[in-house]
Amino acid sequence: MNILILPIQVFLSIVLLFAISRVYLRLKDKVLSIGEFLFWISVFSFALVGVIEPQFTTYIAQMVGIGRGTDVVIYISIVLLFYLVFRTNVLIENTRHDITKLVRKISLSNLDKKSSRDKKSSKK
Amino acid sequence: MKCLIIVPAFNEATVLQQVLLSIKKNVPSFSILVVNDGSSDNTSDIASKVKKVRVANHPINRGLGAAINTGLSFAKKNNFDLAVTIDADGQHDPKDIKKLIKPIINNQADIVIGSRIISTLGQIPLDRIIIIKASNFLTWLLYGETTTDSLSGFRAFSKKAIKSIHLKTDRMEVSNELFSEINRLKLKVKEVPIRVIYTNYSRSKGQKNTNAISIIFKLMLRLFR
Repeated sequence: MNILILPIQVFLSIVLLFAISRVYLRLKDKVLSIGEFLFWISVFSFALVGVIEPQFTTYIAQMVGIGRGTDVVIYISIVLLFYLVFRTNVLIENTRHDITKLVRKISLSNLDKKSSRDKKSSKK
Repeated sequence: MKCLIIVPAFNEATVLQQVLLSIKKNVPSFSILVVNDGSSDNTSDIASKVKKVRVANHPINRGLGAAINTGLSFAKKNNFDLAVTIDADGQHDPKDIKKLIKPIINNQADIVIGSRIISTLGQIPLDRIIIIKASNFLTWLLYGETTTDSLSGFRAFSKKAIKSIHLKTDRMEVSNELFSEINRLKLKVKEVPIRVIYTNYSRSKGQKNTNAISIIFKLMLRLFR
């Protein structure tokens, strides 16, 4: 196993360890579910191993029939980014829908209030 | 029979009064609900001035689907037996309302779609025909339902449909999404020919041709929500 020699490896490892610690804290705060925790821990751990031991990505590349380790990292990153963009869009749509529900509730409740006010004034 | 006319409206101050008066003239016994979808003009004031018209005001603009859903929620809450949605831009002829609700009254359908294609093909601009046909194909592809006018805003809903339909999309894609609900709930659908009045105003207010890609994307997203 190579010893950490390049400054970029040190820098990236610190960033990834920080990310892993955040994921753990989000689990503790119950912001993330177990499934989401495992997903993010796997992603960052895989990246960390790849940074510390670049040969690992080459090994994976050879296993799946892709020439270089760097290519594997790029392919996985693209797939992951597509997935995350998609998930973000779904979440945004859900949030928009929640806003709409709230808007509907306000408008129908105001309409009810107005109707009962009109009824009272017509009785007078 | 308790009937409700739902008029979703967004910045329709120019023609709304005329449309509402025409509806009242043709179906005087029906209740009318204008869903003012966060208009920045005086759509709400104009609707309120027309006697016996109720106005539900969305504080912010949420789109056609959201406005229709507010109307259907109101119909459900107030136990209406029948609801009709009609565009506020004057492109539909309120004289067709009676024709539209007939299959529901006769228990032949749960949803009736006013189809522009069946009767007035020659009067519809070519670009609009292409968009309607593409949308019909998309509806068939995603939901397996065939229709001649998936984008029609002139529709009638039975009590069963009012109670069971659950729409998730907020904007123009609601027209296609409705067919997903028709398929899921196995609702009976009938199409009747309607007259369509295309003016420069109604064309500027209708579905933009460039919305197609956004609609396809949102319908795809809906499958995963």
